[in-house]
Amino acid sequence: MATVDLRDVRKTYAGNVEAVKGVSIAIADKALCVLVGPSGCGKSTLLRMIAGLETITDGTVAIDGKVVNTTGPAERDIAMVFQNYALYPHMKVYDNMAYGLRNRGTPRDEIDRRVREAAEKLELGALLDRRPRELSGGQRQRVAMGRAIVRNPKVFLFDEPLSNLDAKLRGQMRVEIKNLQRSLGVTSVYVTHDQLEAMTLADTLVVMNAGRVEQAGNPLDIYEKPASTFVASFIGAPPMNLLSLSQNGDGPALPDGAKLAAAPKGAATLGFRPEDAEATVANGAAHEGLSLPATVEGVEPVGAESFLYCAAGGGRIVVRVAGRATANPGDRLEVKAKPEKLHWFDREGRRVSSI
Amino acid sequence: MGRRQEDIGSGGSSLSPRVIFPNKILPYLLVAPQLAITAVFFYWPASQALYQSMLREDPFGLNSKFVWFDNFARVLADPNYLNSVRVTAVFSLATAFVAMAVALLLAVMADKVVRGRGIYRTLMIWPYAVAPAIAGMLWLFLFNPSIGSLAYMLRWLGINWDPLLNGPQAMVLVVAAAAWKQISYNFLFFVAGLQAIPRTLIEAAAIDGAGETKRFWTIVFPLLAPTTFFLLVINTTYAFFDTFGIIHAVTGGGPGKATETLVYKVYNDGFVNLILGDSAAQSVILMVIVIALTAFQFRFVERKVHYG
Repeated sequence: MATVDLRDVRKTYAGNVEAVKGVSIAIADKALCVLVGPSGCGKSTLLRMIAGLETITDGTVAIDGKVVNTTGPAERDIAMVFQNYALYPHMKVYDNMAYGLRNRGTPRDEIDRRVREAAEKLELGALLDRRPRELSGGQRQRVAMGRAIVRNPKVFLFDEPLSNLDAKLRGQMRVEIKNLQRSLGVTSVYVTHDQLEAMTLADTLVVMNAGRVEQAGNPLDIYEKPASTFVASFIGAPPMNLLSLSQNGDGPALPDGAKLAAAPKGAATLGFRPEDAEATVANGAAHEGLSLPATVEGVEPVGAESFLYCAAGGGRIVVRVAGRATANPGDRLEVKAKPEKLHWFDREGRRVSSI
Repeated sequence: MGRRQEDIGSGGSSLSPRVIFPNKILPYLLVAPQLAITAVFFYWPASQALYQSMLREDPFGLNSKFVWFDNFARVLADPNYLNSVRVTAVFSLATAFVAMAVALLLAVMADKVVRGRGIYRTLMIWPYAVAPAIAGMLWLFLFNPSIGSLAYMLRWLGINWDPLLNGPQAMVLVVAAAAWKQISYNFLFFVAGLQAIPRTLIEAAAIDGAGETKRFWTIVFPLLAPTTFFLLVINTTYAFFDTFGIIHAVTGGGPGKATETLVYKVYNDGFVNLILGDSAAQSVILMVIVIALTAFQFRFVERKVHYG
């Protein structure tokens, strides 16, 4: 039960490569914080710095209010679940889970009790005598979780723990991790590049890009009000439609010249989510907000919904339609979106609040 | 097991490693060169040795007599032979142990080096390219009681260094030379073995509270077991057979018979003393010993090895 505080944390590798460029995050007790971003954004480096596997070039990492910059990984009282699980291949499942406790000199009967308890929780009871290579991917993943929870640490660290699993198992394990984390009430930091995983797991979502925090906060807040075009295009599947605007005389306009009445000053990019747009047959009716002529280029039926890929406003956009789509490639449509569903970004890609 | 069955079930013959040849002769033709080499260079000489071990010949090879197992009986009753068995045991164990232990230590150290890793490794591998006799001469000169520079230093340290007269010291010298020669080879394999251990395992162990020493003995060393086992077999064979050149150059089996290993005695009795029957009998016994030793290693030591 602990908080994790990162203050202006930096990491510079040999050769002056800056992997993390000043990150400050405060993680509340018992919260699950997800670091999400594309590969190479510094999220894993940050996690490894919290774990003590990577030295901290500058700034401070504090666990439970205590700065741990120079503390070894063993003394930080953390447990980590690795992407490749990092199970000890020569040890049985039982010994894999008991290893950390044995190293800390826990009494034998206490170790036994805790390992069996954790095994029970993760339904590993029947597998305790097996070796990792005799287990399936999902089972290995559970053992890795078990190894983390037997130690009863202050903080859990997850480094893309589900990316080696198939899609179905991933969804299942995601729910399990969330439930487990909640029932144990252990503060957790979770690194992933999968925005769906990030959205569903996070209490606090931190979107990272190029070694910096792009936006942090409640996942739905981030979804509804992305702070930058990067966040807008990273969170949500399919991502937000972004159309660049030209500065045309007295205000921003779409490349095809269409004026945008609602555009705030300085807007350089217009964004709207595929699910916030509506595609109708062009009827010329007046519409407040956005109204774009579009040509359908492709249709992707998913079942419960369909995605229309269109050329519009000098760019490419996606529109979500509920159920089966009636449009065909080549059809001309009108794409509309309500003014409150439009997002505006300035030349640097930062969000501009609408008028 | 389960996985294998799945493979066969789902993939059929296309996934099975078995290759089907279009005719029956081709596969035999393909293995023929290898079989020929094995037959000509291994089975034929081995059978010759076996035959000769039952002959008694005069030194000039003018007449010979078939004596069944007389040579074996004579050899096994010879106190010099039993001494040579003891010398071989000490020499092989010491050489294999020293060569592997030092190589492992160096490999673990070299694994930590970040800068100039390649240079370190190349330098470590060089001794392997030195011919045994040259290596022996090198050590002989370095530790020669009258001209050796390292012998001078040993005496300066108060050690009465004289491998030409002192049996145990001679043994130390040949073991050192033989091990030194083999360290490079072992080093190479240990480095490769260490590199094959995923970094995250070491990190997981560090988080699990295992210090460096503990990590080495509980994680790294067990995971190196396949490499170590392989090297154990190789080093034993090396110590038995490939060290002849070193012993010949450094001590010539002396002083007395303090460093006369089985192989050296085979040479001495056969080619120096020209007792060909005894020599052949000894080499047959040697062959049996090595076969038994290797079989033992595979049967009992390998069981403790986890591959992957």
